[in-house]
Amino acid sequence: MAEKINVTLKVWRQAQGEKTGRFETYQAADIDTDASFLEMLDIVNEGLTLSGIEPIAFEHDCREGICGCCGAVVNGKTHGSHERTTLCQLHMRKFKNNDQIVIEPFRAKPFTIIKDLIVDRSGLDAIIREGGYVEVKTGNAPEASTTPIQKELAEAAMDAAECIGCGACVAACPNGAAMLFVSAKVSQYALLPQGHPERTRRALDMVNKMDELGFGSCSNEYECAVACPKGIDVKNIARLNREFIKASLMS
Amino acid sequence: MKLDSKIPDGPMAEKWTNHKFKVKLVNPSNKRKHTVIVVGTGLAGASAAATMAELGYVVDAFTYSDSPRRAHSIAAQGGINAAKNYPHDGDSVYRLFYDTVKGGDFRSREANVYRLAEVSNQIIDHCVAQGVPFAREYGGYLANRSFGGAQVSRTFYARGQTGQQLLLGAYGALSKEIKKGGVTMHTRSEVVDIVVIDGQARGIISRNLVTGELTRHEADAVVLATGGYGNVYYLSTNAMNCNASAAWRAYKKGAAFANPCYTQIHPTCIPMHGEYQSKLSLMSESLRNDGRIWVPKKKGDTRPANDIPEDERDYYLERKYPSFGNLVPRDLASRNAKMVCDEGRGVGSTGNAVYLDFAEAIERLGRDNIEAKYGNLFEMYERIMDEDPYTVPMKIYPAIHYAMGGLWVDYNLMTSLPGLYAIGECNFSDHGANRLGASALMQGLADGYFVLPNTINDYLASAEIPTVGTDHAAFAEAEKTAQDKLDKLLAVKGSRTVDDFHRELGKLLWENCGMARTEEGLREALEKIPKLREEFWKNVNVPGSAEDLNQALEKANRVADFMEFAELLVRDALNRAESCGGHFRVESQTDEGEALRNDDEFAYVAAWEFQGLEKEPVLHKEELVFEEVKLSQRSYK
Repeated sequence: MAEKINVTLKVWRQAQGEKTGRFETYQAADIDTDASFLEMLDIVNEGLTLSGIEPIAFEHDCREGICGCCGAVVNGKTHGSHERTTLCQLHMRKFKNNDQIVIEPFRAKPFTIIKDLIVDRSGLDAIIREGGYVEVKTGNAPEASTTPIQKELAEAAMDAAECIGCGACVAACPNGAAMLFVSAKVSQYALLPQGHPERTRRALDMVNKMDELGFGSCSNEYECAVACPKGIDVKNIARLNREFIKASLMS
Repeated sequence: MKLDSKIPDGPMAEKWTNHKFKVKLVNPSNKRKHTVIVVGTGLAGASAAATMAELGYVVDAFTYSDSPRRAHSIAAQGGINAAKNYPHDGDSVYRLFYDTVKGGDFRSREANVYRLAEVSNQIIDHCVAQGVPFAREYGGYLANRSFGGAQVSRTFYARGQTGQQLLLGAYGALSKEIKKGGVTMHTRSEVVDIVVIDGQARGIISRNLVTGELTRHEADAVVLATGGYGNVYYLSTNAMNCNASAAWRAYKKGAAFANPCYTQIHPTCIPMHGEYQSKLSLMSESLRNDGRIWVPKKKGDTRPANDIPEDERDYYLERKYPSFGNLVPRDLASRNAKMVCDEGRGVGSTGNAVYLDFAEAIERLGRDNIEAKYGNLFEMYERIMDEDPYTVPMKIYPAIHYAMGGLWVDYNLMTSLPGLYAIGECNFSDHGANRLGASALMQGLADGYFVLPNTINDYLASAEIPTVGTDHAAFAEAEKTAQDKLDKLLAVKGSRTVDDFHRELGKLLWENCGMARTEEGLREALEKIPKLREEFWKNVNVPGSAEDLNQALEKANRVADFMEFAELLVRDALNRAESCGGHFRVESQTDEGEALRNDDEFAYVAAWEFQGLEKEPVLHKEELVFEEVKLSQRSYK
């Protein structure tokens, strides 16, 4: 049953153009435990606005856990402590009255902080542009049922394709690697026959771009898989490694 | 203004083929001389931008998100329709066309709907080729499921994330063209005005949401793919940033706005709970395939759901509509939920909810089977409601979801403003007064991949489009108007937040122009909205500056437009004194309480022309002619 709680927030504030920021403390009073974490932040922001303080900037959009916009480090954990949950789907019932909640942006070398909790994740798009797709022009496609695909493969491809590109895996990785992100896309197309013609080029180009942009390398900590709100499996990283080695040998 | 729908002559089944032959083409080597701006990069925008770039046009694409992959198309769950007839259950292009016209309550343009049904199959072919991981049977072939308003299984799906997978496919195609240089992508860029020169749409003013800088962009044509206006109601299933601003600016610059009162209220959403609530979460209509909807027979029955015996439950949809049962179209499912709640038989803490029960399906098919089909939806429900839907029936209630109304477009998807196109949810074209489930993804991709790239060349090849340069006075003026508005919002420094105003506007609309609309309620809203707008401009508090990333300012700029748009929505609802689809006028119902259309007086598209904010807009009527589908009272009994 819903009840009301009071919590103390320690929030990272960083103005645009500043090299670093600082923690500010705010009270969130009378918060309904059925409210989502972002709704709690909305309430705090309403109060800040009316008291003449600029509200906390945080990225969010669908609030259904699918767009990948939201994300912050809450009490040391990306998206907070509820497993397989984006920040927007974390609810205040997971907190107790008088809890202190520390909120920081996703931190990783390639994610520069734009303002407060908002970071620049455009590197992830840059990686996708290197081949995270099948090169088929509109109008080119054969009839959809021409190529049957084993159900297990289609399901495994879907498991990998569920990635929402939120960047939590990068922020959770001690090296700031984007291996889970890249491996999910590479796996989706390695598992499906439609992805095979570009298989070699895709693995090489995406990995090279990732390195070029300053994402770190994988040291098998697997923090990424724990952080992933969609439960993307680390097996995908093993598959990426195989794809990359094969591609390197072939090219 | 004279509306010309440009419906091609000839038999329905040949119109599109003939039209594609008759439209003018742009020579391949001349295509690179034409720049097209695409605003919005959801399903419609991303697919259109990618396809036009493949053809050789120079494309400038804009999104307010940090990445095109964030667009709200991503949240569509259930699926995408196509007339493949793989299940061999009697489907055809004609049946999909027929179901869509009927489902839209005979308020859509037949020729557009037929074309939509016709290209539906190509969409599936293309998406499979892109590597979209659609659900498959053990034999390796594509699986289908059923959706409301149809008696065939024609919906293709990727678990409960079909929109995500299709959007990522379109985003991939867009990424491919960005890489090749055909598309210049402008992220974190919000379009704040459309520039019109000599009666043609010739560009846009965009605001960089990080720096606040306004920039001018010239083009030969502008395509709006900016989605729907559901957020005018404050609480809706739309993403928080969805807005009507670009479409509204287009309207104020001369594009007619059609049927704004056609708003879809989706039956299977998680019920409202508190004042602080920021949005409503939808759960796919596909749940109605296996879930049974019921309320207690007795009023005010507060027993837990599982303690209410079978014979004291009212499965009201199955009772009233035996042939479609729980799979009636969305408007009927929503209205019936409201009716039982109004009777005092609603459940949950507010009494504004009905049960969606999977107990019977779990017993019949097994929990594993249900989990495979709907696992992610059940998980989402559990996250929000803190209840296990495998053991306790879900509680659902209708919520504002989709906008059938939008910018008026002709058969080429061009608005009444030459050179300005509208595709996807932001046009009015294909769903009439009610959209069938799994048809939004179909329309967005049909417009973007297959229709617009075949029609836009007609204008580019034939219109006189001189180079004007962004120094042109019209660009300077549009930029200044946009800047003035932002400055004005910041200067008010009042005592109420933007959300506070938005919430009040939303409540007013929900109460007076929601699931059941009366003349009296609509007139009251028409009086109240301008007053609220006036107060907004006197008393809103927008912190920060215009030269910074300022989310409150972004929102204020959008809500200022909602404050104007809401009035048009209500005016349209007042004008349409009949019930049809998502628009239920209490004065127009049958003895059994079903919606009663009035084809003699209202079989038209209501397209409104702006005359200035203080004046009433002019109503233009596009009469709807039905050659193929016989006008009849819809029956799902």
